Amino acid sequence: MTTPTPSDVASQADITAEIEAISKEYDAAGVVEDNVRLDYAPYRSSILRHPTKALHQVDPEGIELVAPVFGQRDVDPLEADLTIQHRGEPVGERMVVTGRVTDGEGRPIRHQLVEIWQANAGGRYIHQRDQHPAAIDPNFTGMGRCLTDADGSYEFTTIKPGPYPWRNHHNAWRPAHIHFSLFGTEFTQRLITQMYFPGDPLFALDPIYQSIVDPAARQRLVATYDHDVTRHEWATGYRWDIVLTGSHRTVFEEDEQ
Amino acid sequence: MSLTPTPGQTVGPFFGFALPYDGGGELVPHTRPDAIRLHGRVYDGAGDPVPDALVEVWQAAPDGSVPQEPGSLHRDGYTFTGWGRAATDRTGRYQFTTLRPGGASPYFALTVFARGLTDRLFTRAYLPGAAPAAWPGPAAQADDRGFVFDIRLQGEDETVFLTYAQD
Repeated sequence: MTTPTPSDVASQADITAEIEAISKEYDAAGVVEDNVRLDYAPYRSSILRHPTKALHQVDPEGIELVAPVFGQRDVDPLEADLTIQHRGEPVGERMVVTGRVTDGEGRPIRHQLVEIWQANAGGRYIHQRDQHPAAIDPNFTGMGRCLTDADGSYEFTTIKPGPYPWRNHHNAWRPAHIHFSLFGTEFTQRLITQMYFPGDPLFALDPIYQSIVDPAARQRLVATYDHDVTRHEWATGYRWDIVLTGSHRTVFEEDEQ
Repeated sequence: MSLTPTPGQTVGPFFGFALPYDGGGELVPHTRPDAIRLHGRVYDGAGDPVPDALVEVWQAAPDGSVPQEPGSLHRDGYTFTGWGRAATDRTGRYQFTTLRPGGASPYFALTVFARGLTDRLFTRAYLPGAAPAAWPGPAAQADDRGFVFDIRLQGEDETVFLTYAQD
């Protein structure tokens, strides 16, 4: 039995209709949009929080052509394993997530900071503002860090997060995802995004995933199950590569650390 | 080779346990004689403060050089890394304790994230009088201990947000 939608909030059918209308409009326009839309009304919190003026184009200069440096002083290698931060084993499907971070020319982003955060297997964040009545796992915080290696690769061991409800509209559920925060070799390449899992039935219903209106661009956020990453009698494996915007530095300026 | 960049997504509401860290906003100790404060509030399109935003700063050192030192996540109190991160408080206010950036046209490069904001936004908080003539917005304002720079995500006096020209 479904609970009736209160009259003062949108239903999933309302939101889905808005998503589909924007999608039709996008298809008809025929201009490819690789990035997310800042103005995407089905995601209600964006309505008062998106700029309405065109972004001001500048040539990056000075410090914008360089990124902050993070190193071994900043990150303990153990922070890449989210399953060993407490005394016991966390509940859920242990998994390895790995991939490469490159710039738009395919050059590896070396020795740079990657941060992730996520809900636990039951879809509950440790964050005090998460009111979802699912269990907190005393053995799982859901935050990890690592540095990419010389090839631009990162790797985390974690627990597969669960989907969770939110208050965008009645009976709104987020597809399972892991938040990723990335730095490049330039300030201009800063990226925060979300990684999703293949075949999630909530994709079509979720206005945050759909705020990327191009289907191929959305697909770039979906990891691939990779049995070569899966560990015998230990963890399933997913691969997700990340491309930052093109670097403004020329190749000969690139330092080999 | 040209690869299509991975799209951004909102930082969401639950970054507070993960991204902010102790000392994130204190690029230098506030007891340092040359320490200054960069602070301001983040507002939405209705003029209400945004209590769940995250602001990052990246800047030159006072001599105009670009810091390339690790240690932003575990500060030693002496190394100036030029980078910091601060969440807004209940009143939408962010704050950094830092040094005055040097160089020909000095500014703080700021990145803004928030629940409801689908992608990061970049801006420059120029020191008073340092903005080039073509800069279409306000610079930071001086106060008794440093500079104030409010960030308005939407509206008439919306902050100048940047897109960077590609080669």
